[in-house]
Amino acid sequence: MSKTPDLGPLIPRNRAIHPVPYDPDYKTSVARSPNLPLLSMESTPSEEHGPTFGHNALGALDNNLILNWTRGAAPAVGERILMHGRVLDELGRPVPETLIEIWQANAGGRYRHKKDTYFAPLDPNFGGCGRTITDAEGRYQFLTIRPGAYPWPNRANDWRPMHIHVSVFGRSFGQRLITQMYFEGDPLIDHCPIAATIKDRAQLDRLVAPLDMAHSRPLDFLAYKFDIVLRGRRQTMFENKLEGM
Amino acid sequence: MVQKLDNLIETASQTAGPYVHIGLMPTYAGNAGAYEQEIGVSPIEEGAQGEVIEIVGSVFDGTGWALRDAMIESWQPDAAGKFPGQPDADPKVTGLCRFAADAESGEFTLRTVKPGPVPHRTGGMQAPHITLWIVARGINIGLNTRIYFEDEDNSADPLLARIEQKPRVDTLIAKKTGPGQYRFDIRLQGDGETVFLDL
Ligand SMILES: [Fe+3]
Repeated sequence: MSKTPDLGPLIPRNRAIHPVPYDPDYKTSVARSPNLPLLSMESTPSEEHGPTFGHNALGALDNNLILNWTRGAAPAVGERILMHGRVLDELGRPVPETLIEIWQANAGGRYRHKKDTYFAPLDPNFGGCGRTITDAEGRYQFLTIRPGAYPWPNRANDWRPMHIHVSVFGRSFGQRLITQMYFEGDPLIDHCPIAATIKDRAQLDRLVAPLDMAHSRPLDFLAYKFDIVLRGRRQTMFENKLEGM
Repeated sequence: MVQKLDNLIETASQTAGPYVHIGLMPTYAGNAGAYEQEIGVSPIEEGAQGEVIEIVGSVFDGTGWALRDAMIESWQPDAAGKFPGQPDADPKVTGLCRFAADAESGEFTLRTVKPGPVPHRTGGMQAPHITLWIVARGINIGLNTRIYFEDEDNSADPLLARIEQKPRVDTLIAKKTGPGQYRFDIRLQGDGETVFLDL
């Protein structure tokens, strides 16, 4: 296993490439965004360590959302897709052995959550969550169905584009990230106030997974590629600062 | 022209949304059995060293309403200040916990062991603390903060020392409400706004 050397502090986050916390077009953010500046400090061991997860914590079907809800008994309804990619850090190094968890709506745009009351029906064969651990090169893959777009109460007629929620741990708790993967060609991306909380268009484009015909399987599934970049850690020979310098 | 930096740019965050629990806390979302073993159910196992404590609190928005849809992760070392994986770390401390508010009361409970002090890169020790990460609908990038303890010596902690407005230090300190019992509320915005961290 190629263990990433964990040496220096986490590279400070460039908050300009992240969504703005306060965005009146995304109404819930208005009362949930801090007014005061964040307190900045170099990372400490508390953020540089992080939980590790063994493969034995995972079930064999955990990364197959088509089959995992019924434990293989019956497949979910929808367009079959392979979601795959790599987890890298800002220095371009693979992040191996890290936990990726995903959740999504079913093909009709309905979540299996006690608070989702959208009238699109639940699919009895679809749960909507999956998880996996990256390999030594940082690669991961999920087999799932394409989630439906869905309406949500925000402005009078807001719809979420097709998306898959993605949670990644990395190797340091300070790398923790939750994001969403969108699909190439979805016209709703440009109408979505949640996507629009990211003001840097190139950064939003990086959340849009391209159709990847090379990894699609004939007569079975289409593939979408989604690479994820986590914060890196500084590596230098001059890390031990002398007192007073 | 100059040489090219081949660094990558961190993937942008997006809100965890209202249904984060189906992915990360399936039982809480009403989907018990989605996984054989859920992640972060408890930060400790039976037999963990140290004082077992309970921290109760709520996450309030800018209007004073306690969120019902937040998800919080806590991360901490063992009673001696060792993180899981470090030499001599307590094997009964897994360190990670996921928790959410009760739908009725809006209160969460974190049951764990009190962490030990952790060293700081510039020398010296950080006072005992638990690291928190809060996500929810309307939170576009997860919020980092810490729980310190009223009954510990926090006077030399480097992070607390950096808070210029001293009354705000209080927002990071859990209040003792009984033996092994603490109260820690998080205020996202406005009066008594919690100090959030860019670490
Ligand atoms: Fe969603």
